[in-house]
Amino acid sequence: MAEHVLLGDEAVALGAIHAGLSAAYAYPGTPSTEIMEFLRVWQTRHGAPHAAWTANEKTAYEEALGVAFVGRRALVSMKHVGLNVAADPFMNSALVSVHGGLVVAVADDPGMHSSQNEQDSRFFADFARIPCLEPATQQEAYDMTREAFDLSERFAVPVMLRLVTRLAHARGVVRTGETRPENPLSKPADRNAWVLLPSNARRQWRRLLDRQGAIRSWATESPWNRVDGPGGQVELAVLTTGIARNYFIENAGDLAEPVVHLHVGAYPLPQGLVRDVAARARRVLVLEDGYPLVERQLRGVLPSALVVEGRESGEVPPDGELTPDLVRRALGLEVKAGMHLDGLTLPTRPPQLCQGCPHGDSYHALQLAMAGFERTMVASDIGCYTLGALPPYSAIESCVCMGASIGMAKGAAEAGFRPAIAVIGDSTFLHSGLTALVDCVSANTDMTLVILDNETVGMTGGQPTMVPSSRLQAIVLGLGVDPDHFHVLDAHPRQTEANAEVLARELAHPGLSVVVLVRECIETARAKKAEQAASRGRS
Amino acid sequence: MKFDIVLAGVGGQGVLSVSAVIASAALDQGLDVKQSEVHGMAQRGGAVQANLRLSDQPIASDLIPSGSAALILSMEPLEGLRYLDRLSPDGTVISSINPVTNIPDYPPIDDVLATLGRLPRAVLIDSDKLAREAGSIRATNMVIVGAASRVLPLDPSTLERFIASRFASKGEKVVELNLRAFRAGREAAAR
Repeated sequence: MAEHVLLGDEAVALGAIHAGLSAAYAYPGTPSTEIMEFLRVWQTRHGAPHAAWTANEKTAYEEALGVAFVGRRALVSMKHVGLNVAADPFMNSALVSVHGGLVVAVADDPGMHSSQNEQDSRFFADFARIPCLEPATQQEAYDMTREAFDLSERFAVPVMLRLVTRLAHARGVVRTGETRPENPLSKPADRNAWVLLPSNARRQWRRLLDRQGAIRSWATESPWNRVDGPGGQVELAVLTTGIARNYFIENAGDLAEPVVHLHVGAYPLPQGLVRDVAARARRVLVLEDGYPLVERQLRGVLPSALVVEGRESGEVPPDGELTPDLVRRALGLEVKAGMHLDGLTLPTRPPQLCQGCPHGDSYHALQLAMAGFERTMVASDIGCYTLGALPPYSAIESCVCMGASIGMAKGAAEAGFRPAIAVIGDSTFLHSGLTALVDCVSANTDMTLVILDNETVGMTGGQPTMVPSSRLQAIVLGLGVDPDHFHVLDAHPRQTEANAEVLARELAHPGLSVVVLVRECIETARAKKAEQAASRGRS
Repeated sequence: MKFDIVLAGVGGQGVLSVSAVIASAALDQGLDVKQSEVHGMAQRGGAVQANLRLSDQPIASDLIPSGSAALILSMEPLEGLRYLDRLSPDGTVISSINPVTNIPDYPPIDDVLATLGRLPRAVLIDSDKLAREAGSIRATNMVIVGAASRVLPLDPSTLERFIASRFASKGEKVVELNLRAFRAGREAAAR
């Protein structure tokens, strides 16, 4: 048994490798990115398992599903909003009879450290009727990942591993076990179990529902769900899920009265344990990082003698990341006072585009181009370039979900607004902008698409884009964009005025135009240079 | 024994390197360690903090509760003030005096330093100057580790060993430079 200090994300990756993983797929997204980063480094050093970035989460999920189809173990990882993109294959994969273990690791972001929302993926596991494991520590992240593969094969369903930012990006000690060999290749015995035509799908849906009893029994008996504390009646029962347990333990020593503590690490909710604990208390406080999933499952419509407290009832705020202080307050304990500041108001320090970032120059050119128009709308998207919404640029007006800028500009144009402008990065364009551009080409929409091509996935730390710039340009033309209104420009500060002229012309053009502004991300360029210097040093 | 540290700075300053050196040394001395970091969007020139908890007992929470930190270790003076609510009344603030003024409303630096100076236990370090004297401005973060070594429940020689191993791949000169930076910080914090 070896000891490692690992991020929660890294513990998941290593757990999967030791579980006999054959292949893993992901699209980068904070806080999940380091799962694939770890697997990619491992593959480089050891030659296996296969670990690949994909165009988006949906393709990642489908590729992992193919691995499971041929009997081998697959991991697919993403952030919470990535699961929305993969929701179609995810929901339907619960109905096929998975026979090579399929584990879906989803990292949620309560508190929105770097996300547009804080949706709770446990609802998706519940929605799909599949088991979900929620680790509280890095060790559990490792152990639960291993177990998730076994469970997936045992119940023939995908299994979700739900992480949160605070676990994904915190380091702790992990003791590792033996490496299990890969599964042999094998195809499903029943081919119809994977063909979700309505007649088969109805049968498979029934099969999934029939399996719920066995899945519930497993959850009730799982050691991840356990009760601590004194026997007999108490005033308060505390129900924790995932890392909420850590914050409860941090504060429990200061409680005057004994409490019964039920921890839930494995879902579906262990109903028997919940009933036992509830019968012994007058109040139950539910502590969960994310949405009030468990609290809602406990809280009925009709009045009950048992008082259920949590995020829904206001003892814990309905939004934001759970913290030791919030838990302390919910337990009725006084929060310890820290130091405070007199006389000086601290300005905030938001994230910003790097010094010399090509996007800054592109936005400058776009603003010059827009100066000649009475009104403009600039729909934008998710990536480093979203920081262009903040001063000093204030250059963009929307960020909703991956790829949304192109569709939004099309809608605005068709509502009669002009000039309508969409801004998108190269990786986001490939992720989910391509299909929206197909719509624009088909309709010859009166709008201008600006692709900010920095040849990398910048925001998550510089992962490679799926195709190089030259091919991205060929793809745009291949979709049928008019070559007379397609321009590839150098996003260099020396070119700003010339670029602005081209942009202004295309904004005035009544029809679809696409302008690609290209210059490599300065961080990626720097990293490449350092890598080259290091390899020269080695040779 | 428990020792909670809030590490503060601006994205790109090397807060995680500081955290990694201290965490490695603590593990080597048999302490339990929890280290919570910032990744992704927040790193890009924004305010960055890491929570680092050391204890001879198992640590439950990855986050430091209010009023519990023994040390705020800051790479930048304004950021040294941002997390004061976490600082225990008998805790220490160790901060660089060198500002990162990448925001338009950065308060007058004299006001920031005066506010830090009014705290009961504040150690202010000209880390840029000491790093340059040690051989490179890039060693600023090891100056900060050196200053922290005055209050950390860790053996300075263990810290030095992990600084050496962290920079070993970059050659003997870089190792020596960072050790010089560490010692300069340690000496400056004694005054």
